[in-house]
Amino acid sequence: MSLARVPSATRCRIVAVRGGHRIPYRLMEMGLVEGAEVEVVRRAPLGDPLQVRLGDYELALRESDAELIDVTEI
Amino acid sequence: MVVALVGNPNTGKTALFNALTGFHRHVANYPGVTVELARGPIRDANAPIELLDLPGTYSLAAQSPDEAIVCHTLCGHAADTAPAAIIATIDASNPARNLYLVSQLLELGLPVVIALNMIDIARRRGLEVDAARLSARLGVPVVPVVAVEPATVTPLVRALEQTLAAPTPPTVRVPLPPPLAEATRALTAAVPDLRPGEAVRLLVDRAGWLRRAFGPRDTLDAALAAARQRLDRDGIDAATAEVRARYAWVDGVLDGVVRRTPPVGDTWTARIDRVVTHPVGGGVTLLCVLYAVFYAIYQGAAPLMAGLEQLFGWAGAGVAAVVPPGPLQSLLVDGVIAGVGAVVGFLPQILILFLALALLEDCGYMARAAFMVDRLMRPLGLSGRAFIPLLSSFACAVPAILGTRAIADRRERFITILIAPFMSCSARLPVYVLLIGAFVPPTAYLGGWLRLDALVMIAMYLVGVIVAIPVAFLLRHSAFRGPPAGFLLEMPTYKRPRARAVAQRVLHAGRSFLVRAGTIILLVNVVVWALGYFPRSAATQAAVDAQRLAQGWDDATYEAELAGAYLRDSYLGRLGRGLEPVLAPLHWDWRIGIGVLASFPAREVIVATLSTICNLGPEDDAQSASLRARLAELKWDGTDRPLFTLPVALSLMVFFALCAQCVSTLVVIGRETGSWAWPVVSFVGMTTIAYAGAWATGAAARAAGG
Repeated sequence: MSLARVPSATRCRIVAVRGGHRIPYRLMEMGLVEGAEVEVVRRAPLGDPLQVRLGDYELALRESDAELIDVTEI
Repeated sequence: MVVALVGNPNTGKTALFNALTGFHRHVANYPGVTVELARGPIRDANAPIELLDLPGTYSLAAQSPDEAIVCHTLCGHAADTAPAAIIATIDASNPARNLYLVSQLLELGLPVVIALNMIDIARRRGLEVDAARLSARLGVPVVPVVAVEPATVTPLVRALEQTLAAPTPPTVRVPLPPPLAEATRALTAAVPDLRPGEAVRLLVDRAGWLRRAFGPRDTLDAALAAARQRLDRDGIDAATAEVRARYAWVDGVLDGVVRRTPPVGDTWTARIDRVVTHPVGGGVTLLCVLYAVFYAIYQGAAPLMAGLEQLFGWAGAGVAAVVPPGPLQSLLVDGVIAGVGAVVGFLPQILILFLALALLEDCGYMARAAFMVDRLMRPLGLSGRAFIPLLSSFACAVPAILGTRAIADRRERFITILIAPFMSCSARLPVYVLLIGAFVPPTAYLGGWLRLDALVMIAMYLVGVIVAIPVAFLLRHSAFRGPPAGFLLEMPTYKRPRARAVAQRVLHAGRSFLVRAGTIILLVNVVVWALGYFPRSAATQAAVDAQRLAQGWDDATYEAELAGAYLRDSYLGRLGRGLEPVLAPLHWDWRIGIGVLASFPAREVIVATLSTICNLGPEDDAQSASLRARLAELKWDGTDRPLFTLPVALSLMVFFALCAQCVSTLVVIGRETGSWAWPVVSFVGMTTIAYAGAWATGAAARAAGG
């Protein structure tokens, strides 16, 4: 399941980050790597971007980037 | 001896810099880079140590010159600042992501001291980092600090001194995947002066930002190409493999080092976020914040600007009383004092905007505002980060362009800088007020609910926005092509802004504008003054004298007529006449040409210039009834045809809405982009668009029977 499809307040674990180009690399550097725990906190009022809790901090990312991240529910 | 301070954004790095140096900083600019590096001596050190504050970063990987500067400086490629050691700040409440950067720093062959910052916040959030155990695992000193309490940093200074007395580079290494480790070894074997950490960085950096620091070196290029070829053959993507390896290593390091006790109930940050990102509550909050910022810039700056204007008026009058009339008096009063006034006049708006930006950034709200509006900015190829600078550009583009420093992505920042001047700033208002008041009838529609003059005013504000959209699109697909920067933004916890740190940033913004932009703005003002003043021939005066005798003018009329004659005869006036063929398609004559030329330093100058040309003296009040009446009476030379018709007035307004007649904006664009090519592009581009817009507006209005 992609992170972009996860309902909010569901704890997930990242199983794969797809693609090898520039954006996934930046996402990964921020800590969105396989094995990390993520949870969608909310979506912005206009539906995009997403606010995500990642380990000990929160970050905002766009839906198009979240599509590249596969997760499973914990 | 130089020590570099490195860390993630939002880790209290600047607070730590201030605590260590006692707020003593001087700022250095580096060629080709738009970020500033601050330096200052460490206060309590026994031997002189210079602390170098590097821009906050999540990684040493670079995707622009601004990001490359951190790696360059740490590797000693910035000649005068080769650091002897690194202080790495870590946010104790978010150790994993912070250690990712530290894992890269440990490989650079420099001694590292870790400042474990914000232990108080971490503790409140149920996180306890065992500094001693972390230090043992990393093999470097780890010193807990609370950077906003300067007394807590003394142990850090002692640890740094001990490290510098017996410098030993860290020996801990992140186990990279074998093919990547092999490629790194091959690269360092071929280029012996390369540090292991730097070799990894070069391998990963396919765009070549870090490679540039080495100059032309064939062995390096050959070794790099060979190493990358081997990685490609093995099917290894070096960049992502490196990230995975580092985060796996970080997990191992933190195991047993961090103790978590889940906090009871929600944190304050979570509670505030629920309100400020709520579809209704968040929208209301955002509008209130934006209104407050805008109100402060527009209204708060007005009395200060009026006061400054009066002050410079007095200074001018004082000089005029002492210096006899003539070129020197005019140079001092109309050139220098007016020019200094034009520069200083920007200060209130700059200081107020930067106060607002510093408060919003430091408390953490800025990230939420960007989160809320990101979707709106996407059609422009921009992100939520560009929203507040663009909005504040409606007050004045100069502070707005300075405010784009908060945009991390270089291409997005440049696009924002280049479209900001299209937003209708407060200097355009006098032009609109004069011309609408004189030529647009207050015809009422829909029973008085809509009025033509108000509609035209709104249209003037909209035209810039409408033009900015395709311009942004064009820039995105030409000079700033490439994958979109995306939007990846840390949402920091809310913090109380510190008065002294905010004050320092505000004052720095003001000072850097005065020093870096002010001098050039002043110079251009003096040049335009000289063009409008000289040659001042005796023949011009003789002709006006003769008219005075014939018509029996009083002194005031004579002065105004003489000023008008001088201006018409000046170099600027001749240039304006020379422009007539270019202006003919717009149905503008040479007088409007002079007005446009003279307003190069600032748009509102056209009001005073038109007034002088109309022999009313330098009346600069856009509400002036006599000026409006005189403009309506102007005829084309030697005919009865009125010069100013509704189409001409509309086209002139559209021209001023879209043109780049503001030397301060152009100078600030040059300073902020680090290149004088961009202000030239901006000026030529905006003038072309303004000309086309003016022509189209005039033609459309004439076709509609205006």
